[in-house]
Amino acid sequence: MSQKKLINDPLKVADELVEGLVEAYNGDCVHVGQRSLALKNIPDNKVALLVGGGSGHEPIYHGLVGKNLADGAACGDIFAAPPPDIVLEGTQAVSKGNGVLYLYGNYAGDVMNFDIGAELAEEEDIEVRTVLIWDDVCSAPPTQKENRRGIAGLVPIVKLVGAASQSAQTLDELEAFAKKAVLNTRSVGVSMSPGSIPATGKPTFDIDEDKIGLGMGIHGEPGVAEIPMKSADELTPMMLDLIFEDFEKDEEIDALKEGDEVLLFVNSLGSTTMMELLIALRKAREVLNSKGIKTYDVMVGPLVTCQEMSGISFSLTKMDDELKKAWDLPCQSVCFSKMEGRYGG
Amino acid sequence: MAKESLSPNECRDMLLAAADKIIEAEPILTDADRALGDGDHGIGMQRGMTAVKGKLEGQDFDSIDKPFTTMGMAMMSSMGGASGAVFGTLFRAGGKALAGAESFGAAQLADFLSAASEGVQTRGGAKPGDKTMVDALVPAAEKAEEMKGGSLPDAMAAVASAAEAGKDASKDMIATMGRAKTLGERSIGHPDAGAVSVSIIFATMSDFVAS
Repeated sequence: MSQKKLINDPLKVADELVEGLVEAYNGDCVHVGQRSLALKNIPDNKVALLVGGGSGHEPIYHGLVGKNLADGAACGDIFAAPPPDIVLEGTQAVSKGNGVLYLYGNYAGDVMNFDIGAELAEEEDIEVRTVLIWDDVCSAPPTQKENRRGIAGLVPIVKLVGAASQSAQTLDELEAFAKKAVLNTRSVGVSMSPGSIPATGKPTFDIDEDKIGLGMGIHGEPGVAEIPMKSADELTPMMLDLIFEDFEKDEEIDALKEGDEVLLFVNSLGSTTMMELLIALRKAREVLNSKGIKTYDVMVGPLVTCQEMSGISFSLTKMDDELKKAWDLPCQSVCFSKMEGRYGG
Repeated sequence: MAKESLSPNECRDMLLAAADKIIEAEPILTDADRALGDGDHGIGMQRGMTAVKGKLEGQDFDSIDKPFTTMGMAMMSSMGGASGAVFGTLFRAGGKALAGAESFGAAQLADFLSAASEGVQTRGGAKPGDKTMVDALVPAAEKAEEMKGGSLPDAMAAVASAAEAGKDASKDMIATMGRAKTLGERSIGHPDAGAVSVSIIFATMSDFVAS
């Protein structure tokens, strides 16, 4: 059965949602070229931050353009990387003479199209660097991070890098900070039922009614195992353990231990409700507390979605003083806003 | 009557025939991709080929390379995704190798496919055996090289069969690239959707030069 969707021409979904997003920003953002958006009034000489990827995962990535966040976003069609000319248009719009950092999820299509976009930008003397987001620990072992997917961890990562970009003096400096934010952020997701492609109404994958896809990606890419349906309190520790295990196994970073501080992000893939997220969040805090790991701050909500896919992901970012300082900076966008101070602890 | 060589506008008509065939094959491509990826290949190719029609239809071309490079640019700009970059590069890189050619015969087919295959592998990093469209493209390019001294209809038919065989062989491969790579051995049994597209395009080109 096809999913009912409130749309117009199925092939214009991405264009129309970006038009709507620009309206939602109500003047703070401008629509650039075919399908990019950029903040108004980016300061001269700022090291710019461009994010992007396929549409259909709203409110990311394009909803992360905002004050102390990303300067712009290049938006692809539904679940498809933006073409190089859209990347170039986004790059031109955010470039203020001090280089542009591309920060996006590690998917073959995104890498190819952003790379071609960077080649075009460099022909126009805009210096570009790329940092890929690969937080999904279930998509490859720690020795093969170049094969990992970028999932919900992108939200804390873009938040942190956006904050750092406000004071970064050079592209080198921002690139190094972004690499640290990525290294310190790890996620695990599960899915219980698929989303659908707006243009066809077809589900992006099939899964049995009584099964959960453990480690599934945000497009329904297969994970590590299909397991029987579980309660929130059974599933939450199981998922967090996969993250702890990854920090332990990875030689590039220290294991999480008592006294460490983390950002906790509980994300819905679409149709999983805030009620369910909060029940899982409650258990996640209990698990972290039992290990003596302090929760520096918490994010919760449907921020990295795949239409009406049901599922949940946990992301942990291991904090240090530099990351905490970046986290504490208030920010504002359609996807995520944060006021002065913090409420976790 | 079979065509021994094509003019620029005949190349355009051949590519338009391929575009129509891909648009028609959208459900087949969608199903092929759903088995391994997220099922967006059919829609992406349909969108790309619709853009190709917009750029090629009614356009007069005076050089052999232009219909191909125009097709590549139209696909790259309209599709995005891995398919847009890869198929855009196929026609753009392949087309560039035809600059200065006076007509499109078996020798030009070989030049086109050799440059296309090299361009695609450089851009995407996929090698034969990775279960991607390269598994249909590389055998097609090798066959074209073998057949470049012969007639265009013969060469094109052999290229189409080689692509078809490559597509079928991709069924038994384990995906190591793109979104299907996490399937590992579970990817066995399904052909790569991009390889299906390549085999449809070459089969249509072969039908065009044979008729």
